[in-house]
Amino acid sequence: MNHYDTIIIGGGPSGLTAGIYLSRAKLKALILNQGAVGGQMVLTHEIANYPGVESISGYQLANIMKNQAKSFGTKIKTIGEITNLDLLSKVKSVTVDNTETFTADSIILASGGRSRTLGVPGEDTFKGRGISYCATCDGDFFTDKEIIVVGGGNSALEEAVSLTKYASKVTIVHQFDHFQAFEHAIQEATEHPKINFIMESTISGFNGDDKLESVDVLNLKTNVITKIPIDGVFIFIGYVPNTEFLEGKMERNKWGEIGVDSLMNTPISGVFAAGDCIAKKYRQVSTAVGEGTIAALTASAYLNDLKTKK
Amino acid sequence: MLYTDLTHISTDEEYNKLLQENENVMLICGRMGPMCIPVYGIAEELEEEYPHVKFVDLEFDIPAAYPVRTLPEVRGFMGIPFTIYYKNGQVVKATSSIQNRQQITAILDEYFEK
Repeated sequence: MNHYDTIIIGGGPSGLTAGIYLSRAKLKALILNQGAVGGQMVLTHEIANYPGVESISGYQLANIMKNQAKSFGTKIKTIGEITNLDLLSKVKSVTVDNTETFTADSIILASGGRSRTLGVPGEDTFKGRGISYCATCDGDFFTDKEIIVVGGGNSALEEAVSLTKYASKVTIVHQFDHFQAFEHAIQEATEHPKINFIMESTISGFNGDDKLESVDVLNLKTNVITKIPIDGVFIFIGYVPNTEFLEGKMERNKWGEIGVDSLMNTPISGVFAAGDCIAKKYRQVSTAVGEGTIAALTASAYLNDLKTKK
Repeated sequence: MLYTDLTHISTDEEYNKLLQENENVMLICGRMGPMCIPVYGIAEELEEEYPHVKFVDLEFDIPAAYPVRTLPEVRGFMGIPFTIYYKNGQVVKATSSIQNRQQITAILDEYFEK
């Protein structure tokens, strides 16, 4: 009943593409997904570089892919968390929420990534009460207020500039003495009259009562902590792969990413991986779709070999 | 305009009727933005699992959102969506910004026992 040809873990662009290809090949595919189907794609207001589509919201593109996968027969199930996983046996199994177990002859890991958090005291408490990870969502709550942007990449610098539309003052706090961003983004931020910089520093604590009132800024060179009164903090410090559920089940690199070959094979037979959870340089919807395609085709070939060997 | 499969609330009358006619309500007040969409998606999935709860959304920038945006329970909220849980018309819990499935089901299970 709960046995599939392939279980796909993750319903972002790579997982949905794998579902489309497998179901079109008349293979029984199940996507197990946490949160909204579409992954990080739904977090993008506008996607203008996906070939064949001039401009579309991430949510709409995700919905099209979801409906496409479903129309070919892919089952999509929303889950809380993976509580057990057997990748090594010939018949693989995934237990979700300690209640339901699914088995399959192959698995595609397409669990994607998420925004990195600072992981310092108070961050959870003040999320939505002064701490935000989305400038376009929450910028207008900070009209005429003073805010901090944490990070030194393209996202941090571009969002800092966009937040000057609302905030009276934007201070960028960055851990290094230089930025890891395109020159035009650096120039725009550094030349902006509303933007200030605190370099070689990070936030070590968030303080407040009902809402965020101040932050502790740690100077990484001197180790001196300065308390700064602030209304809001926007955090843009990159992404981490969603691979914690593989702890003890599969080796990953020091960043938590899964190593694959050009056919999306992982070191474990019958287990493939695609999308933002793998070790790679470029993370785009289009690259995720390509990897999902390759993973599904490699899985199809693997399943075909299994059947002919029987 | 919220492009979700949830029931939309768009007037004061609908809002009042919602609270009068439903014992358990989860209302998501937001926009079609990155922090809101995952919450709508989770609510859509949970509708089947929690048939005794009414799941609705309400656009953040329309006049009908005023009663929600001025609730005492959302004072200090600076992140959308504002998600409000009502029991017999009374607010029992409110959250700000994105929430994951576990956080939402923990609230549903605590306040809206099956």
